[in-house]
Amino acid sequence: MNALESANKIKAKFGDLVSEPTEFRGEISLKLSDAEKIFDVCSFAKKQLGFDYLTDICSVDNHGETPRWTVVYHLRSTKNAAELRVKTDVSEEKSELPSVIGVWRTANWHEREIYDLMGIRFSGHPDLRRILMWEGYPYHPLRKDFPLAGKPTDLPGVAFTKVTPMEGGPFVTLPSGGDSIEREPRVRVPEGAERAVSDKRRISK
Amino acid sequence: MAQVQDIEIRDSAARTAHAAEELCDMQGEKMVLNMGPSHPATHGVLRIVLELDGEVITKADPDVGYLHRGDEKIAENMTYTQFIPYTDRLDYLAPLANNVAYALAVEKLLGIHDKLPPRCQYIRVMCCELARISAHLLGLGAFAMDAGAVTVFLLTFTEREKIYNLAEAASGARLTTSYTRIGGLSRDIPPNWCDQVRQFLKEFAVALAEVETLLTRNRIWVDRLRDVAVVSKEMAIDYGLSGPNLRGSGIEYDLRKNQPYLCYQDLQFDIPVGTVGDCYDRYLVRMEEMRQSMRILEQCVNKIPGGGENKSKEPVNVADGKITLPSKQKVLSSMEELIHQFMLVTEGVNCPPGEIYFGHENPKGELGFYINSKGGGTPYRLKIRAPSFVNLSILGELLPGCMISDVPVVLGSLDFVMGESDR
Repeated sequence: MNALESANKIKAKFGDLVSEPTEFRGEISLKLSDAEKIFDVCSFAKKQLGFDYLTDICSVDNHGETPRWTVVYHLRSTKNAAELRVKTDVSEEKSELPSVIGVWRTANWHEREIYDLMGIRFSGHPDLRRILMWEGYPYHPLRKDFPLAGKPTDLPGVAFTKVTPMEGGPFVTLPSGGDSIEREPRVRVPEGAERAVSDKRRISK
Repeated sequence: MAQVQDIEIRDSAARTAHAAEELCDMQGEKMVLNMGPSHPATHGVLRIVLELDGEVITKADPDVGYLHRGDEKIAENMTYTQFIPYTDRLDYLAPLANNVAYALAVEKLLGIHDKLPPRCQYIRVMCCELARISAHLLGLGAFAMDAGAVTVFLLTFTEREKIYNLAEAASGARLTTSYTRIGGLSRDIPPNWCDQVRQFLKEFAVALAEVETLLTRNRIWVDRLRDVAVVSKEMAIDYGLSGPNLRGSGIEYDLRKNQPYLCYQDLQFDIPVGTVGDCYDRYLVRMEEMRQSMRILEQCVNKIPGGGENKSKEPVNVADGKITLPSKQKVLSSMEELIHQFMLVTEGVNCPPGEIYFGHENPKGELGFYINSKGGGTPYRLKIRAPSFVNLSILGELLPGCMISDVPVVLGSLDFVMGESDR
């Protein structure tokens, strides 16, 4: 059974909750409209359609749009090498969806990572702690509104409590009609610090 | 004269409580041992909080993140090409393979992954396989050293040095290679490179045989590895293991075979799998993978289009001015190439909106890149699916029941690298 057939079976089972499968570069994606049903969809995909392997869970911050979060699941069947992507949106107010640890145990660390870096909670997760940042760190750094240079924290005795010096990059030349000083921010001044040149330097892409 | 003596006969509940108390004294208290983040056997900055009952581990809680640099955040703030040097620093034991994995992911987004020139594909395959040998050699050397066999480390490091020389000849750098570009390579291989690879393969076969005689039938080595930390098939899939760790458990899944990319379907090689899923199987799988990599390399140096010298001037870059940089000569003499060069350098390769996931069979397992693009030269979101991160998550389940002296062996057999795990 290939990925498209599997996607159609999920569509047949869950009806209007699931969008029509879309294809891009040979990959099949499904969008689930109700994040609360993600456990049921994953459980169905594993038990009935043979998607025994969870490759990855990823989160996307659609900053400025509603709903704000998209959580992306990459499913795979090791027997017939079919791959399927299931996406679901989560609103900023809620920022919570069911955990899929009951389906694949590998979801444990992926969900902890998303909670840590993006701040989306997984209900039913037995051990939802930070994983990459340290315990007690107050922010979720992969959010689009978190500045690249970091934010100062007032935790005493912990490293990295100040913002990073940004001299020397990373920098991107922005496409715009401005002059070359505008377009080529060699030094991007961290948010909150005093700005030497004018202020139209937010990455818009 | 009668003597009075007290006899105490307790009821059954009191007796049970008393017995439990005695048993508890015998067991002693459980001890919590903090291993790492700076411990020689954790090879990097992995910390494991172990709960011990005597010498037996009853609970293990791996703690990662000490090397977190925010690579995914950085990627959102630079062009696709600018991120290539950051991929060197993921699995820093196999930077060439990371470069290839990342370039292929972006090329998939661009839709040119099957239009790569054959010479480029062959060079990339050779890079991947050299990286695989190099990473396995380091993993094996450190693994053996932790188990007490220091000689192996010296042998494998001598061979790794030769691979570093090859990487230097091809890319100009030994460790931070950044050899690939979106749509090709930074430059073609030097004329005598294929001969150097042939020479290396000749010497490496001898060294590998020597390592084999030192370890495979070594009584101490076998005793320490066999039946330690057995990962069943179901457990391996459930925990999302990949690479040699998955195949060590007997699952024949290799992205080079199951989802062939580059020119792997034109090459002959086998996928070794284990039978039991213990540390010894994972060791054997890695040994055999190195031999299969040698097979692939031998075929590549003979079949590479244009040959080692590239007398027929086979291209190594996609012939698309909007993706790969034009030659300097053309930039200085032609208007169109000058514009292309300017746009590529300042704004990056213009990718279409969409999302792709590309998984690459790296030495440690499946290195995947999920790219979410809204169009333009920078990714909107780039997620790195790091094999070491996923492979380490099994530790909490694998270590309980092992002896504390097994920990270095188990860690060595999982063969992880923290630069990639923590990103």
